[in-house]
Amino acid sequence: MNLNELSLTEVLEGIKKRKFSPKEVFAACQKRVKDIDDKIKAFITIAPEIKNAIPFAIKDNFCTKDVLTTASSNVLRNYIPVYNATVYQRLLNAGFGLLGKTNMDSFAHGSSTETSDFFVTHNPWNLDHLPGGSSGGSAAAVMADETIFAIGSETAGSIRQPSAWCGVVGLKPTYGRVSRYGVIAMGSSLDCPGPITKTVADAEIVYRIIAGKDPLDATTVDIPLTPAEIINFKNIKIGVAKEYLAAAEEPVRKKILEAIEVFRELGCKIIDISLFDPKYAISVYTILQRSEVSSNLARYDGIRYGFDRSNFNKENKRRIMLGTYTLSAGYYDAYYLKAQKIRTVICQDFDKAFEKVDAIIGPVSPSLAKKIGASMEDPMFGEKEDILVEPSTIAGLPAISLPAGFITGLPVGLQIIANKWQENLILKLAEAFEAETKYYKIKPKI
Amino acid sequence: MTKQLSEEQVKHIAKLANLQLSKEEIKEFQKQLAETLDSIAHLNQIDTEKIPPTSQVSGNRNVFREDIIRPSQSQEETLANAKRKHKGYFVTEAIF
Repeated sequence: MNLNELSLTEVLEGIKKRKFSPKEVFAACQKRVKDIDDKIKAFITIAPEIKNAIPFAIKDNFCTKDVLTTASSNVLRNYIPVYNATVYQRLLNAGFGLLGKTNMDSFAHGSSTETSDFFVTHNPWNLDHLPGGSSGGSAAAVMADETIFAIGSETAGSIRQPSAWCGVVGLKPTYGRVSRYGVIAMGSSLDCPGPITKTVADAEIVYRIIAGKDPLDATTVDIPLTPAEIINFKNIKIGVAKEYLAAAEEPVRKKILEAIEVFRELGCKIIDISLFDPKYAISVYTILQRSEVSSNLARYDGIRYGFDRSNFNKENKRRIMLGTYTLSAGYYDAYYLKAQKIRTVICQDFDKAFEKVDAIIGPVSPSLAKKIGASMEDPMFGEKEDILVEPSTIAGLPAISLPAGFITGLPVGLQIIANKWQENLILKLAEAFEAETKYYKIKPKI
Repeated sequence: MTKQLSEEQVKHIAKLANLQLSKEEIKEFQKQLAETLDSIAHLNQIDTEKIPPTSQVSGNRNVFREDIIRPSQSQEETLANAKRKHKGYFVTEAIF
């Protein structure tokens, strides 16, 4: 087995036992990138040197001092940050080394990585298919064994959905758990960085490094990261929402029903629940996100850095336009305020659900990875794609995506959602499912 | 009822957003914005009169920090990405 194919857990163990050096692991990943990235196209920038550190990839919307940071937009195609995002800094402090910056939807405006201003990333399972997005480059790089792990960011689904479509593990922590400092902002009340990894254990390692209060981001919270306790599965109640199953296409639903049986066999109690119809969450999310986008993207004037506003692509402009409208005089109450009120309803709905169950499981995406070109026809492609991840992001809840099997050679993602600050429970449940199913051992031929 | 946006409204929004749109883009957005507004109109089915808005979900309230001076970026670093600069300042278009 080549070193680039190892999980982070295996790499850490191998280094501890002096089987190989971090430098050898870095070199193996760099070689893999050189060998196959012209097919996958996950990376925008690749570190030129070999470092004596375990390599990771990070989405190109994280500021990396002295390293090009574009957010896959022509507006920032020459932007070299003079400071580091907190998440990146914490990984450097922990001794990891930057392998490269990964492709994404331009300014994270999409769920396909197809709206990147530079190029499309390909799904390692089938190069004619999309990797999902917006953290598509990070998810594809992990699945293709180009890196040991990667960092993504999520506003709604941008970690979970590409992880599902590429067949890797993606953890979206609770909003406020991980600092947004130095992450190019999209929807400030929703944005959350998180790990994309080969296994659940890896996700936990990276999560514990990047999470925690940051004085540079006032929305981060001071809730301690307690070590995960051993849980008795017989005491765990898992909710299955009929609305979420109904939204999924038949083959995806079938795999999720199989996953439910795995938890039942582990001893968990499975309870049918009903959640607020996710179709409303799409609309709430559309308003909140477009409004916050129009506000956040107002800063790009081409004066202090980057290029002027004529460099926004059509999807950027479409979002800025709608958000400007929903925030404008006379429409604010009807749209933004209305959406914020229904946000309260969605939060309360989850509060009620978590009185009855400990976690909720369901599909991540209603479909398998779609073909390249699919996102270009529908201005609401992303929202429809992300119908099953938007309600939880609106409520700020943590969730994970992990592989739950394959259909026609493409992976299906299982989603586990829990109440705020319950990342430990999610990780324990995911770990147990992974130990039973071992889908992470199946790799694509590229 | 189907939502309609006039060409003038689209031009006004573009001006507010500081975007230069082509004639084709104005036409396209006129149609697409109306479609999107239509697709979210079902939110009006939900009675929100007595519901307070949620602007953030972290649970934090009144986050303060000590008002102390700490190192920041140098003038050189701050100007490093500017296209035009003059004697340590950014150069902008005249705005008045």
